[in-house]
Amino acid sequence: MAHRAQPLSAWPGRVAALAVAALILGTLLAVALRAETGRGLSFADWAALRFTVVQAALSALLSVALAVPVARALARRRFVGRRLLIALLGAPFILPVIVAILGLLQIFGRSGWLSDLLVAAGFQPLQIYGLHGVVLAHVFFNLPLATRLILQAWQEVPAEQYRIAAQLNFSPWTMFRLIEAPLLRRACPGALAVVFAICLSSFAVALTLGGGPRATTLELAIYQAFRFDFDLGRAAMLSGMQLVLTLCAAGLALRLTRGDGFGTGLDRHLRRWDGGSIGARLLDATWIVLAALFLLLPLLAICIAGLPDLARMPASVLSAALTSIAVALGSTVLLLGLALPMAAGVALGRAGPIELAGILGLAASPLVIGTGLFILLRPVADPFALALPVTALVNAVMALPFALRILIPRARAVVHDMSRLALSLDMGHVTFARLVLLPRMRAQIGFAAGLAAALSMGDLGVIALFADAEIATLPLQIFRLMGAYRVQDAAAAALLLLILSMAIFWLLDRGGRYHAEA
Amino acid sequence: MKHLIFAAGLLGATTALAEAPELTVYTYDSFVSDWGPGPQVEAAFEATCGCDLKLVGIEDGAALLARVRLEGDRTDADLVLGLDTNLMKAARDTGLFAPHAVSAEYALPVNWSDDIFVPYDWGYFAFVHSAEITPPANFRALAESDTTIVIQDPRSSTPGLGLLMWVKAAYGDEAPVIWEGLADNIVTVTKGWSEAYGLFLEGEADMVLSYTTSPAYHLIAEDDASKAAAAFDEGHYMQVEVAAKLASSDQAELADQFLAFMVSDAFQEIIPTTNWMYPAITPASGLPDGFETLITPATSLLFSPEDAAALRDLALDEWLTALSR
Repeated sequence: MAHRAQPLSAWPGRVAALAVAALILGTLLAVALRAETGRGLSFADWAALRFTVVQAALSALLSVALAVPVARALARRRFVGRRLLIALLGAPFILPVIVAILGLLQIFGRSGWLSDLLVAAGFQPLQIYGLHGVVLAHVFFNLPLATRLILQAWQEVPAEQYRIAAQLNFSPWTMFRLIEAPLLRRACPGALAVVFAICLSSFAVALTLGGGPRATTLELAIYQAFRFDFDLGRAAMLSGMQLVLTLCAAGLALRLTRGDGFGTGLDRHLRRWDGGSIGARLLDATWIVLAALFLLLPLLAICIAGLPDLARMPASVLSAALTSIAVALGSTVLLLGLALPMAAGVALGRAGPIELAGILGLAASPLVIGTGLFILLRPVADPFALALPVTALVNAVMALPFALRILIPRARAVVHDMSRLALSLDMGHVTFARLVLLPRMRAQIGFAAGLAAALSMGDLGVIALFADAEIATLPLQIFRLMGAYRVQDAAAAALLLLILSMAIFWLLDRGGRYHAEA
Repeated sequence: MKHLIFAAGLLGATTALAEAPELTVYTYDSFVSDWGPGPQVEAAFEATCGCDLKLVGIEDGAALLARVRLEGDRTDADLVLGLDTNLMKAARDTGLFAPHAVSAEYALPVNWSDDIFVPYDWGYFAFVHSAEITPPANFRALAESDTTIVIQDPRSSTPGLGLLMWVKAAYGDEAPVIWEGLADNIVTVTKGWSEAYGLFLEGEADMVLSYTTSPAYHLIAEDDASKAAAAFDEGHYMQVEVAAKLASSDQAELADQFLAFMVSDAFQEIIPTTNWMYPAITPASGLPDGFETLITPATSLLFSPEDAAALRDLALDEWLTALSR
């Protein structure tokens, strides 16, 4: 391609996207090629497809619908502990599924706190199992993410806009029409797509809280094909269906997300003058309190369960914790190495293929990726020796879609606003990235890094397929404890995981915002 | 200087390791955990074999078999430990396993002879409940009662598959009727044993599908006598866990040595209080204190591996049909 007037090069992003696509599609192909038997898709598989789509769509709609008022409230209000609250709200997202489910049941279960209250007041206890239970759990997992993604959009509005709005004395309606509606139009489809895609590959949550075979998702069908029938061809086919489904949703969302940025500001300290009326304050406070109760009570239950044994943790749990931290940091470095060039590439235009490659990570089944990697790696290396690097890599790819959702809007805005200036100054690509792009994306990079690290800490995907006796990450160790009946120790280890994940997320996220107003 | 000594020591250590032959055993994850039999078994075997025993944990029995099938005859494993009778037919059909030369007096409640698979422990599936409640006496009574249960999905878990076989063995063609009756007792179905047991301990259901030996854990390890297993009068289905050596093993002698060790007292004594199952051969020291409190089913149900494999798809279909309504 001839030299174009661009402040950055798109090539590193294309290479990164190609690498990601090769990893995910390559492993799928490896599984498909290894197939021996095959019996095609059954009636039950189509039922699984239908249930998968319905529960994912409901979960996405509800998560985003609730996230909008919560994000708005958080964007308008400044209070002591706000940053901590925002970090804490992210916690459900990174917990191992079983820990989160047990925490949820402490609140919403048959003998949970809420049921106790209801029974004391003369009502029936809650019945959590069924489609509504699945959706409840998915909202618990994804409301924090959707809130952060939308909050992010609010924070990308330059401070000057609020200043002008205040000077012109915008009514709440004008404020909504001119500033908030456009930003929601840009942020919501992306958030919907991400949550929908996450819920598509749900399996243990859907099965456990769905109440049984009716709640069969594609991921369980993949599991069955692989484990129960050893039908690799069918596992690959179902995994392919899952990929196509996610890509369709993502493609649709990406088409809807296009739009202009809010123009450039002077990176001034953000102050808000709107939403000062009593009604607005009450409304915001209500949303913040409700969201905090919904998300923090189950976490509190996890803390209460784990606290008594936290101090007497077996040494193997601590060494697993160190392993997890190492994997999380490695994964974060890999993630930034992939995500930053890709975000820059997307920001330069011609985004489609790069963004789709990024979304692939959501749709891929960890079981299929793990199996595929195993097939590919075995002839050349000892898969068990590679357990940790492979886990870090797969975790990075799994976190990539979230990172891109976080990074792309900001990168696009920076490139859009600053490229003419940079070109007029004849800045080189490296100089532009170093002096203009990266400093202005610091908050987003910190958020993305924190999320990736925390997700990686809580992930139990590939390590379970590769681990030998000596190596374990913390989530795997929690499962081993539960498998050995040591529920108390498992609860303590789960609390440790929660604390570590929160700490690593908070440090990285906060690091990105150092000296910058959130 | 210190670095040199350290480097020399490291080098020495790796060569020493390289000289000892390595026996690789694939097993399920809970076997290798610090709280499972793995560490003690490894220490005891290495004390006698002059070798390095490498235990590799791969989720559960079904995952284990899938892994070996995936690797085929190029597998690094010399031995696989952790399949059960429901998986034996499929495992045998792969042709990857070699006959053994072990003979032992098994303490199984059924006759056992197999040329390839050596049993190392066994247990009965059972519904575990709080000792405070009076459990139903069989599946029919359970179906008629409003006792709630949590079970595991047979498509993703070994105990879940065991329950399918249990109902099939006890009721044959009537199994669909039993499942329809049970449908409203089942609070939920989980992916694996850990999830189900966790829900039970949280108070989500009155009973959970586990083993008759589960109360022994609470009694012995936690000094807690509050859990019991319900005795069902139609009998209890058994799980017999087995190991076999791979035909492709380059450590065939060592693998034989391990299988012989596996049925010796040194191995069998470790099993009851780490794997919480019955040893396949009662060691000279007998069973640990506390095991005498467990229920002993009057009838032991077990399909032959061939029957289990033949019935599997039909039983799954009946289960899915009954519970999808």
